[in-house]
Amino acid sequence: MRAKSAPSAASAASAASARTAAQFVALLVLGAVLLALGLAIGSLGWSPWTEAGDTMRLILWDIRAPRSLGAWLAGALLALAGAVAQGLFRNPLADPYLLGCSAGASLGVAALLFVMGISPAAALALRVGMTGAAFVGAIGAVLLTLVLARGVTQSLRLLLAGVVVGVVLGSGAALLTLMNPDILRAMQAFMLGSTGYVGWSAVQVMAVALGLCLLTALGCSRTLDALTLGEDTARSLGQRLTLIRLLLIATLSLATGAAVAQCGLIAFVGLVAPHLVRSWGPTTHGALLLLSALTGGALLLAADIAARWVIAPQELPVGIITALLGGSYLLWLMHRRKAHFGGAGGSQ
Amino acid sequence: MKSMGPLGRAALSLATLVLTATSAVAAPITIQDDRGHTVTLPDVPRRIVSLLPSLTETICELGDCAKVVGVDRFSNFPASVQKLPRLGGLDDTSIEALVALKPDVVVAGVSARVIDRLEGLGLRVLALEPKSMNDVQRVLGKMGRLLGKEDDARRLWNRVGGHIAQSAATLPPAARGLSVYYEVDAGPYGAGTASFMGEILARLGAKNIIPAELGPFPKLNPEFIVRADPQVIMVGQRNAAGLPQRPGWSAIRAVKQQRICVWVPAESDVLVRPGPRMSEAAALMARCLREAAQGPVAWPTTPFNAPPGGMR
Repeated sequence: MRAKSAPSAASAASAASARTAAQFVALLVLGAVLLALGLAIGSLGWSPWTEAGDTMRLILWDIRAPRSLGAWLAGALLALAGAVAQGLFRNPLADPYLLGCSAGASLGVAALLFVMGISPAAALALRVGMTGAAFVGAIGAVLLTLVLARGVTQSLRLLLAGVVVGVVLGSGAALLTLMNPDILRAMQAFMLGSTGYVGWSAVQVMAVALGLCLLTALGCSRTLDALTLGEDTARSLGQRLTLIRLLLIATLSLATGAAVAQCGLIAFVGLVAPHLVRSWGPTTHGALLLLSALTGGALLLAADIAARWVIAPQELPVGIITALLGGSYLLWLMHRRKAHFGGAGGSQ
Repeated sequence: MKSMGPLGRAALSLATLVLTATSAVAAPITIQDDRGHTVTLPDVPRRIVSLLPSLTETICELGDCAKVVGVDRFSNFPASVQKLPRLGGLDDTSIEALVALKPDVVVAGVSARVIDRLEGLGLRVLALEPKSMNDVQRVLGKMGRLLGKEDDARRLWNRVGGHIAQSAATLPPAARGLSVYYEVDAGPYGAGTASFMGEILARLGAKNIIPAELGPFPKLNPEFIVRADPQVIMVGQRNAAGLPQRPGWSAIRAVKQQRICVWVPAESDVLVRPGPRMSEAAALMARCLREAAQGPVAWPTTPFNAPPGGMR
C-alpha cells in the first residue's frame, strides 16, 4: 500500500515505517534482554553465572542457552503462523492450530506412545521419536484438512474442515490415552507444552524452519495486504490467490509443526502476538509478520522464564503461563475495544 | 501427616475387633472405608470385585483369590486373575458387566468414578486409598477385617516389614547412602521422599535427591537433576530410551558411570503398587543399589513390551 500521489500519505507511510523500525529494534533488544535473563534463571531460581565451575558451564551451555533460545524460536514460529492464519482467513480469532495441527500432533504423539508397548512396532517408534511423530501428525492433519476442503479456494470450507479434523483427530488421541493410561502423564506434558528438553539440535531445526517460513511469508505479504480488501478485489489486483494460499498454508503448517514437535502444544502465543502488534498501530502485513514473530518469541521466552522461576526447582507447564497471560490480555483487549471486536465479526 | 488420623482409627477398630472376633462367626461386618463411609456386610463376602491392582493383590495374598469374580483392566497379578472378567479402568468401568457378576462387595480406589453409581444400584463399595506405606498397613487391616482374616493380615504385614528390613540389612556398605533419582515420568516427574517409592528408598538408606517439601511426584526443572548429580538413576523402561541423551544429562554421575537401573514392565508393576508386594519392590531397589555399587548396571535386553498398565 504505497501512496504515490499525496505527499501527506507518503510522509505517513514513512512515519509508519520509522515506527516499525523502532519497534523492530525494541523487540530485538527485549529478546536479547530476556535471553540474558533466561541464562540467569534455573532450578535455583535466580542463579546467574557467577560461580565458575564445570557443572555451571554445562548447565549454562547445554541446558539454559538452548532452552531459552528454543523457547524464543518456538514462540516466534507460532506467532508467525498465527499472523499468517489471521491474514489468510481474515479472521481475528484464527490461530496456528485452526487447520487441525494441534490435534494431528497430539494424535501422532499418542500413537507413538501407544505403540511403544507393542514390541514389533517399538523399534520403529523409537527411531521416529516424539518430535518426528508430532511433526508428521501436524502436517498430516493439515493435508487431511486440505483434502476434505477440496483444495484451498474456499476459506470457509477450509475452516470447517479444520474444525472437523481437529475434533476427530483429537478424540482419537483421547481414545488412545484412555486405552493406555501409562501414557497419560506424557500426553498431558505434551498438551501443556514444555521447553525443558530443548537442546541444540532442536534449536537448529527451529532456526532453519523460522528462516524459511519468514522468507516465504514475507514474500507473500503483499497478497495478504490485498486480501484485506476482499478476495475478489485481491484477484482483480492480479494476485495469484490459489498458489499464494497454498504457499502460506505450507508456511503455516511448517512453522506450527516445527514448534509443536519440539515444545508441545503451547496455547495462545500464536493468537495473541499478532493482536499485540496490531494494537500498537496500523501496519502492513510485511511488518505485522516480522513484528509478530519477534513479539511471540519474547512472549514465550518470558513465559518460559516465569515457568521455571515461580516455584523453582519445580516447573509449571509453560502452556499454562501462556494461556493465563494470553487469556487475560485478550479479555482486556476485548473490554477496552468492544466496538472493534464487534466490528471485526461484521466485516467478514 | 494425613494418615495419622485414619491410622489411629484403624488401630482402634482393630483392637475392638480382636475382642469381638472370637464370639462372632456369622455376625455382620462393619468397616469404615477411606472416604469415612461405614460399610456393613451381613457376612464374610463370597463374591468380590476388585477395581484396583494393589487390592486384588492383597486379596490374593490373603488367600482369597478364589472369591474374586471380576477385576479392573490393570490387575494382572497373580496370573490367575488374568482369566477373570475385565471390567475396564478407573474412568470407564463397565457397570453392567459388574452388576451382572452380583458381587457381595466391590473394593475400589477412592478416586474411582463409578463408586456413586454402584452404590446407587445397591452394591456395597469399600473405597480404599493405598498410597504410602502407612496406607498399606491400614488398607491391609481393613481387607483382613473384610475377609475375616485379621490375624493373617497382621502376619502378612509383619512378614512384609521383615523382608524389607532384611533387604536393607543385607546391603553392602558401599551400596548405602548412594544418592538416587527415581524417575516416574520423562516430564521429568521424580518420586519424592514423600512418595511410596521414596519411602522404600529411605528404608534402604538411599539418599533421595528430591526433598520432602516438593511433594510426592514433583515436575522438576531438568537442571535440578543435573545439578543434584545423582549416583544412581532408577527409571521405567518406557522412559529410559533417550535419557542419557537429554541435554546436559551426560554429565550426571549415574549416566557417566552407567548406573541407571531400568525396570522392565513387570518390575514397574511391583514398584508402583503400594500393596503386599512392597517387600519385592524393596528387594528390586536393593538389587539395583547393590549392582550400582559394583559398577555399570546392564540395561534390559528385551525390548519394551507392555500391555496397558499403570505408571510404567
